[in-house]
Amino acid sequence: MSVWETTAVRASGISMASEAASAVRAREQVLLNSQAAEDAVLRPRDPGAYAHDIRAALAARIARLNGETELARFFMADAEDSDAAGLADPAGTGHGGLPPVVVAFMDRVAMSPREIRAEDIEALKTAGVADSDIVRLCELNAFLAYEIRLIAGLRLLREKAA
Amino acid sequence: MSEIVEKFTRRVPHWRPRVTPVRLDDASPEQHEALSVTPSNTRVSDYVLVLAHDVESLKVRSPLFNAIMYDKGGLSRAEREVGAIAASMVNRCIYCAAVHATRHAELEKSTATTDAIFEKGEDAKLAPRDQAIFDFALRLSRAPAEATVEDLERLREAGLDATEILDLVLSTALFGWANRLMHVLGDPVRPDA
Repeated sequence: MSVWETTAVRASGISMASEAASAVRAREQVLLNSQAAEDAVLRPRDPGAYAHDIRAALAARIARLNGETELARFFMADAEDSDAAGLADPAGTGHGGLPPVVVAFMDRVAMSPREIRAEDIEALKTAGVADSDIVRLCELNAFLAYEIRLIAGLRLLREKAA
Repeated sequence: MSEIVEKFTRRVPHWRPRVTPVRLDDASPEQHEALSVTPSNTRVSDYVLVLAHDVESLKVRSPLFNAIMYDKGGLSRAEREVGAIAASMVNRCIYCAAVHATRHAELEKSTATTDAIFEKGEDAKLAPRDQAIFDFALRLSRAPAEATVEDLERLREAGLDATEILDLVLSTALFGWANRLMHVLGDPVRPDA
């Protein structure tokens, strides 16, 4: 895959001929490694309790919470016909088979991480979520916070350069 | 018992995990391999042993982290730390803020900037270039859509070129990631004397 095909660069709309392209070229390896991180959280070999379609739907949900509709649609390609699809709508009641406490946790970590307390982690444990799966949920959420901000920043660079 | 640290400080606290770290004795070959490429090779921290629960993420994250914070060229290392500190303040990651404020003070051989940040928080008054960097990082951290073309214009006026701006975006975004692990998965504590 080339740097121009990575999720972040594609979503930003930066073209190879633009002024912002010089920055993309200067940080090509970082952007390729970012794509590898996306693969690791969305399509891991060992997904634990959260299969690829659930991860895709949660990613779409977090993208929507951040106003990234196009990105949400892109993530949903891996969850379209799945039972997890209902998770992708933050305004809906679909939980894709996940305990509601897990979905609420993901929303709060995405939008107001500063408010998370030890009790929130205890609530996940009480709902039967294994420690390893708590870490998986956090990595998925945390990576998306990164990728969505990277896209927003790249997009500003494109707009400013124009 | 130990006390949870509630205020921002440069004095680095201990980090007490909220989930059980992977035991080195029980680690898989893949986990062992991932643990050897982390920034702290000498002693494996509880934080890294917690992250080892998701070994595929850990493996790609460590080299990415190092590249974003330390790769040559572009934004200075100290200015990348300002992005990291701003994100950590928005997300209230006391531990991350302490580590990166300390690193900033070491790089600058001065505590003036981080003193100002810890005294006034998000309203801190800084030198013009640091101010533009800090304000942009705060806004991008609060919500991606809060950072605007006008903020980017201020960075340009402060003298940042496109690669330096991308480096700031990367270090700020990276701490959106790191804070959601460190602050969510553990508590910053000070052991009782």
